[in-house]
Amino acid sequence: MRRSLFRAPFLPYLLVAPQLLLTLVFFYWPALQGIYQSFLIQDPFGLRTSFAGLANFASVLGDPLYGNALRVTVLFSGAVVAGAMLLGLVLAAAAAQPLRGVQVYRTLLVWPYAVAPAVAAALWLFLAHPSVGIVGRALVRSGVGWDYTLNGSHALLLVVVASVWSRVAYNFVFFLAGLQSIPSSLHEAAQVDGATWFQSFRQVTLPLLAPTTFFLLVVNALYALFDTFAVIHALTKGGPGKATETLIYKVYVDGVVNLNLGSSSAQSVILLVLAVVLTSFQFRFLERRVHYA
Amino acid sequence: MRGFGRAPNPTGAVAVPAPLAGSLRWRVRRGLRFLPAHVVLLAGVALFVFPVYVAFVASTADLPEVTSGTLRLLPGPHAAENYWKAFVAGTGERIRGIPMARAMLNSLVVALGIALGKIALSLLSAYGIVFFDFRWRAPAFWLIFLTLMLPVEVRIIPTYKVASDLGLVNTYTGLIVPLTVSATGTLLFRQFFLTVPDELVDAAKIDGAGPLRFLWSVLLPVSRTTVAALFVVLFIYGWNQYLWPLLVTTSLEKEVVVVAITKMIGTGEALVDWPVIMASALLALLPPTVVIVAMQRWFVQGLTETEK
Repeated sequence: MRRSLFRAPFLPYLLVAPQLLLTLVFFYWPALQGIYQSFLIQDPFGLRTSFAGLANFASVLGDPLYGNALRVTVLFSGAVVAGAMLLGLVLAAAAAQPLRGVQVYRTLLVWPYAVAPAVAAALWLFLAHPSVGIVGRALVRSGVGWDYTLNGSHALLLVVVASVWSRVAYNFVFFLAGLQSIPSSLHEAAQVDGATWFQSFRQVTLPLLAPTTFFLLVVNALYALFDTFAVIHALTKGGPGKATETLIYKVYVDGVVNLNLGSSSAQSVILLVLAVVLTSFQFRFLERRVHYA
Repeated sequence: MRGFGRAPNPTGAVAVPAPLAGSLRWRVRRGLRFLPAHVVLLAGVALFVFPVYVAFVASTADLPEVTSGTLRLLPGPHAAENYWKAFVAGTGERIRGIPMARAMLNSLVVALGIALGKIALSLLSAYGIVFFDFRWRAPAFWLIFLTLMLPVEVRIIPTYKVASDLGLVNTYTGLIVPLTVSATGTLLFRQFFLTVPDELVDAAKIDGAGPLRFLWSVLLPVSRTTVAALFVVLFIYGWNQYLWPLLVTTSLEKEVVVVAITKMIGTGEALVDWPVIMASALLALLPPTVVIVAMQRWFVQGLTETEK
């Protein structure tokens, strides 16, 4: 805390008022509304609303389609987090070397962050389309029977690829920043001790990257859970069948398309709890971030 | 972390004895040692450039060539007409849409509105919280801080309800304002303000400067890089928003580019006008790319510091 402060009777309130007001109107009020809605049930014509206790939650959790969405989300998020982090780390490890032209590489690997997930989805749709896309046609010709519009596994693979593709740059930025904050003297010491590059990477670099890795794990999980809505909406709309319907996509379909507000709100509340748990993990480690530079 | 500006050590990670450094043998050995890194990086760059290059080729071809699947990997002669259709006319085979010129204008307004709005709101609130002693300081901070836990996606439907009750559907205000509140900016400015030396405040007081004068003439100038870093990150964030604009706009007039593109694709029929769509996609990713490449140093700083 600062020692030297200004004193003014009204000014500080005026300074925080705009943000607080908007926060109350667009954050807390809707969040409370959502929680309230999740305890209400509407008749099919939307004429009467009555208090339902935990009935919405019970029917959501007992719904096999929700189980399916959960399974899809776990598979999808696991693959996206692992893929984006692994690629980001490998590229950052290479780009941290004292190479000729390394700045050009770095720029070329950072810019994909500019591509919106929905635009990334459009690009991959065009590549993977079974009758139009270059990659899609090649797969069909090689006898894979590729068609993401009919085959659920193909569809899931495609949304994973597009989501990873649009997320690698983010991981690259953080891993590279983490790698650059490790003093080179540590690697030199390892080399003097006769360690190979790989040994020194495993035993010096990776442990020192642990805080970055953990942070990215949480943030990427949040990305996979929530921000990939655009990719799925643009590529598969949750289909074919329900093969790519993740939890967040189901909230949208049930709330906006099917207008089942009670169920959609209950699902939102479950996701909200998940988000709170994940972000509190993030805060816990936020304080302990280690700086070596 | 201050960007990626650190110059690479020109002799490699390990110091080399002077007589050896210039010799051909050493240079070959050094080249071989870094060969795997070059290969990895080139593969990575190819992975990111390839889809964009294919989209570029398609945007210069004509529709029959694309739908027949005979697209070659060299630019064709139809660029002008495709980009004109996409940017000015907003039409194409089986496409219902708006000119990209209009959609990009919408995206620009939204992205700038979100970035500048968020910076202004969070700068003021962080200033109030850090530099003043007042009764509701701690509750105000926590109310702002906790919004980090509520991503827009999980409260999307009730937020839409609020926006529609306030008459904000199909307005720029509705597209911008609900996305200008979040804690990241406030936290970043707070973190930075806490490092501003007390002497600066004392000096301002001695010179008779009031709190607003201090904010404008002392604090803002020293916050320049923080503002620039935040601006880049927020501009990209605003330009790439999808779910909220999808809900809060129903008229074509106010559609933002990313939504416009996926609406053009629709259900992904083979016969849809791919050259025009790919031209639109490339137009949509141009502005944020220019911002990132031109302001890379601030972008990296902003990204790694807002998320910490």
